[in-house]
Amino acid sequence: MDMELNADQISARQAFRQFVEQHVIPTAAKCDALRETPPELIESLAREGYLGALVPKEYGGEGMDGLKWGLLCEAMGYGSASLLSLLTVHSMVIQAVLKWGTQAQREKWLPPLASGKIIAGFALTENKTGSDAKNTKTSARQQDDGTWLLQGNKKWMSFGQVASLFLILAQIDGKATAFLVERGSRGFSTEPITGMMGFRSAMLAQLHMDDCLVPAENILGRPGFGFSHVIGTALDQGRYSIAWGCAGLARACVDACLDYTDQREQFGVPIREHQLIQEMIADMITQSRAAQMLCFRAASLKEQGDPSLIMETSMAKYFASRAAVKIASDAVQIHGANGCSNQFPVERHFRDAKIMEIIEGSNQMQQIIIARYGYQRHQIKKKGGGNP
Amino acid sequence: MNPEEITLKIKNFAGQYVNTDNIEADTDLFASGMVNSLFAMQLVLFVEKEFGIKVENEDLDIDNFKSLDAIHLFIQRKLPVAS
Ligand SMILES: Cc1cc2nc3c(=O)[nH]c(=O)nc-3n(C[C@H](O)[C@H](O)[C@H](O)COP(=O)(O)OP(=O)(O)OC[C@H]3O[C@@H](n4cnc5c(N)ncnc54)[C@H](O)[C@@H]3O)c2cc1C
Repeated sequence: MDMELNADQISARQAFRQFVEQHVIPTAAKCDALRETPPELIESLAREGYLGALVPKEYGGEGMDGLKWGLLCEAMGYGSASLLSLLTVHSMVIQAVLKWGTQAQREKWLPPLASGKIIAGFALTENKTGSDAKNTKTSARQQDDGTWLLQGNKKWMSFGQVASLFLILAQIDGKATAFLVERGSRGFSTEPITGMMGFRSAMLAQLHMDDCLVPAENILGRPGFGFSHVIGTALDQGRYSIAWGCAGLARACVDACLDYTDQREQFGVPIREHQLIQEMIADMITQSRAAQMLCFRAASLKEQGDPSLIMETSMAKYFASRAAVKIASDAVQIHGANGCSNQFPVERHFRDAKIMEIIEGSNQMQQIIIARYGYQRHQIKKKGGGNP
Repeated sequence: MNPEEITLKIKNFAGQYVNTDNIEADTDLFASGMVNSLFAMQLVLFVEKEFGIKVENEDLDIDNFKSLDAIHLFIQRKLPVAS
């Protein structure tokens, strides 16, 4: 596994970080306070090609590789977890269309997704169905003319107030199936969600489908493969993006603390001189580095298309989100009362970090599959195979 | 690639997720609950990486993936196209 970036990757990372410095960091606190992401900010992402980063060039995108995408998410997580979540859900839908769309679907949807003309939302969770996502209640039934009628509700969609195309999981007689649903569809409506602890500018919404009319050609993948393959592809992409974003959020907290401890004086010295502060700083730096390394490992496996990528990405997301919560919590501690105030970004990072442990499969779900994976690998080792 | 090589690769892969000593070549891996939902995508990645095959929309048929035999037949069918 090569974790040294080449010249091209270094210059890409520099460009991403510069964009975040110029456009994201100056607006993040205001977006958080106003609970919105202004269209100009989304347009600036589109102009940079970030919304179409993963779309191949033949469909008008940037054709960015997995590592560069990770670096972009890391940079975005440094500035704003809410904005990162836009890139996350948009890219989840792109990956699902790219992998499981028919040629006609790829030609229809990928160019407008790449340009940002269409913003995509990901709709799996329902009021009564979260972690047990395969068993969503939203249903679909086919009409004589081949069109579909969707019935049900989805909850907690990031950028659901803004997106104009949703990837929605519904059941056809118990077969989990993915549909692409346009905002303007008959019987479709959204309702803003307010009062969130974190991801405050992610403009969450509930979706209501009341005999929502969906064209026959908007099934993505095949009936029965919606969860295992289509949503599976999207969630893997989501976990990968969130893991990198957490690494970025952690780095932001570390940087903030290195600055703050230098300036803040107590007992006649900058607080960096106090050993208990140094202990927290040392842990933050180390955890942050470890999270990054797991992300690099996931990137390397992604590049190779290796099956172990799925589990290693789960571990990266699990570790990085836990590290982000701990690091952000210590960052608030180090900032004292200032850390509890929205005048300092660590207050927002703390609230956002907690969300990271819940989305894209809660950390308990990651723990369950990681433990199972561990037992499987152990079994092989005992049988004398592989290199677990 | 001859059928024996394909069988061996499939067994080695599946052996990381299920105890292949205890399953028949035609055991339905999904219906038997032996694998979790992540296995479906791990299988896709395996087939794509190991055999250079692209698994696409039209391949989404449970008969292509449900058992070791089914996976074998699917790979054999796709291989000439890929090469
Ligand atoms: C800010 C935000 C944005 C979101 N954006 C989206 C989005 O864009 N699209 C989307 O589809 N969803 C989205 N979600 C929803 C998110 O994916 C779910 O919240 C998540 O999957 C968990 O589901 P739940 O909240 O229903 O919790 P539940 O599934 O009810 O779980 C509650 C608690 O029980 C634990 N638990 C559940 N089952 C087990 C078990 N078997 N063993 C041990 N512990 C268990 C969970 O880990 C959790 O701690 C978003 C959520 C938030 C907060």
